[in-house]
Amino acid sequence: MSCLETIADYSLRSIGIGERLLPREDFTLCQQFTLIGSGMLWNIYFGVLALCAGFFLAVSVAVGKASHIKAIRKPAEWFIFVFRGSPLFVQFFFAYFLFLSLKQSVPFFSPLTSAWLGALVVLFLNTAAYSGEIFYGALQSVPKGDLEAADAYGLTGWARFRRVTFPTMLRLAWPAYTNEAIFLFHATTLVFFSGFPTLKQQGDALYYASYFADKTFNPFVPYPILAFYFILLTLTVIAGFGLINRRLNRHLPHTRRKKLKIRPQIIR
Amino acid sequence: MFSYCTDPSSLEGLTWLSCYLTTGKHMGLYVSVVVVLVLLAITAPVALAFGFAGASAARSRIWPIAWLGKGYTSIVRGVPDIAFFLFFVIALDQGFEWLRHQVFCPDWEHPIRQGNDFVVCTAAKLPLSNAPQWVHETYGFFLAVLTFAIVFGAFAANVLFGAMRAVPRAQMETAEAYGMSERQAFWRVLVPQMWVYALPGLSNLWMILIKATPLLFLLGVEDIVYWARELGGTKNARFTDYPHGDWRMWYFMALMVFYLCFTRVSEIVLDRIMAKLTHGQATAAGEAQRKAAT
Amino acid sequence: MKHLLLGAAALAVTASMALAGGHSVVRMGTEGAYEPWNFINDAGEIDGFERELGDELCKRAELTCEWVKNDWDSIIPNLVSGNYDTIIAGMSITAERDEVIDFTQPYTPPDPSAYVALDAGLDVEGAVIAAQATTIQAGFIAEKGWTLIEFATPEETVAAVRNGEADAVLADKSFLDTVAGTDGLVMLDRMEAIGGGVGMGLRESDAELRAKFDAAITSMKEDGTLNALIAKWEVASQF
Repeated sequence: MSCLETIADYSLRSIGIGERLLPREDFTLCQQFTLIGSGMLWNIYFGVLALCAGFFLAVSVAVGKASHIKAIRKPAEWFIFVFRGSPLFVQFFFAYFLFLSLKQSVPFFSPLTSAWLGALVVLFLNTAAYSGEIFYGALQSVPKGDLEAADAYGLTGWARFRRVTFPTMLRLAWPAYTNEAIFLFHATTLVFFSGFPTLKQQGDALYYASYFADKTFNPFVPYPILAFYFILLTLTVIAGFGLINRRLNRHLPHTRRKKLKIRPQIIR
Repeated sequence: MFSYCTDPSSLEGLTWLSCYLTTGKHMGLYVSVVVVLVLLAITAPVALAFGFAGASAARSRIWPIAWLGKGYTSIVRGVPDIAFFLFFVIALDQGFEWLRHQVFCPDWEHPIRQGNDFVVCTAAKLPLSNAPQWVHETYGFFLAVLTFAIVFGAFAANVLFGAMRAVPRAQMETAEAYGMSERQAFWRVLVPQMWVYALPGLSNLWMILIKATPLLFLLGVEDIVYWARELGGTKNARFTDYPHGDWRMWYFMALMVFYLCFTRVSEIVLDRIMAKLTHGQATAAGEAQRKAAT
Repeated sequence: MKHLLLGAAALAVTASMALAGGHSVVRMGTEGAYEPWNFINDAGEIDGFERELGDELCKRAELTCEWVKNDWDSIIPNLVSGNYDTIIAGMSITAERDEVIDFTQPYTPPDPSAYVALDAGLDVEGAVIAAQATTIQAGFIAEKGWTLIEFATPEETVAAVRNGEADAVLADKSFLDTVAGTDGLVMLDRMEAIGGGVGMGLRESDAELRAKFDAAITSMKEDGTLNALIAKWEVASQF
């Protein structure tokens, strides 16, 4: 079987399109590359959706934590503490069993026990907590001068937040937020490794990598392939976030524009 | 454990629970908690050493060494840690055995890879196959520590690399002006000063390390996650004196609480250390401390 | 690598003068999660049919044996890379596995696999079937093109049926016998004849050890102790 055929058969296997049976013999490099790459679709799906949805919750949580009203601040603080203080791995397990028991009493929750939704919810809440903390930190370091200038222009309330506080916060938080995005993508590999079961052998990149490692008894090929894909993904994320960073800082003179540096202090 | 536990089926409520929670199986869970703590205690300094080596290498003037240091940190950081855990341990184990094989059995004529089998001579086995079980366990534990240290060492290297660069350039120039050699300046000026810059990153790393411990079960160490799954599952009266339904949710809730407490305590302790370290330092935080005191 | 902490009980058998192919201690790998074949008892020790069988086999082969727990999904790779010397974990002898490792003669006759579901009239072909990953049952469902949902441990496959994740679970009949009748679970009439008997797995390079265990199994078959053990634990039909 030529490599092109393999790609046609397996490149969308992870979402159920193409050959039904996973390869059972040969285990050529081509098969491994195609199938593990196909699994990356899940990692990208989880990462992108959780990141996009999480962004909005994160901003609200950050504003909540910075609030002077105790009834708003406390829940935000607890939310961040619970999700940042416990391992994502355990959160996945716990959430799965929680969803199972929810489902038994309220059938409405039944889609939550499948990975596509349940794991997404966990990742969404998790990344919201981590980025919420990052945004909160940035919110605290918005220069006083900016806010005073906004006051001088007569901007108040929502208008001040939208036109001054929020853009500055975003600019300050962006390098750390880039880090968070990278880690979130890495964290998506845990989905099928913990509570959530694999349906119809449609799993993520790690699922297929361990499938091959299991069949060939040789971990030295599939895991480096997985690593290769993830390095590619990481580079893409850095490039994408770098572009946004350029746009966020477009008003600054060239010399003061800082290139996006992935600062190590703020990894999750 | 307790004398009244001989017939659990007749017990109820708290007495039943006290017996249930002290079965030999639950002892396994408690031991695994200790194992996790010991692992953290050993891994943290080892990872720091790896990080220090990595950061120093990345600063080197000799380009292959600098390249090695930078490559180490960026590759490990670019790949999900779980992928490393899955294959590092087997790789390390086979690597060690291969090395010992070369040393102890130079005149072994069979190939090491016989089809799927990885066969080294008996003397090269690690640990020796007639070693008692605890040696095997310790060896597995050691491999886990090493894997954790390699992965988290890369993160630590990044933090320390940044911290070394954060030490004001003038400090190093002054050291050179005093006639210190490069090596002297590094050890006497740079290293003592970098910690205050490194600590925020390192404490963050410590938190990550705590939160990575559930991955231990991928490394073959029977950890809390393993026991929570095993103990929480439905138990049939035919095979146990303590039959119960699916309790996995409760066991994992207990794990969550355990980790939350652990990270909270760490946070408080690390904040105290940071306050101590910033005392008298020429940084914004040190300045704030000075102002608050006056 | 997955030599697991704890739970492995050293077995002081007769002073072992016989060293099987360089094995002064034979390490027996098992899963410890497959009642009644092998499981962890309240005291935290490995127990079950295979524990008793393994101990008896070692005694007859005059070997010192030690028990090691290992996750099912990495049980073959860890045997192959030499972390233990045998797999004794209710593993069916299949051609696919036989290519990678060697098996002793079966110590239970080939038995069909059974389904357990909440609804006795279930049509399995259109249903979601749970199975433990990398078992013959999982392979069977995938091959048939039915909807397979995989779990890491046997316990989870049954839990999935209980809470409606899956419509039925396919596994060895003896394992499902332990759960059928509880929580409204019923065994379906339909059975699948998959897999040979259950045997002990060894590395292909370990022919000498395999011969010893083979001889021990034969002797247990001949004097009826194997049948008695099978009957005691209700793991399979008898020889």
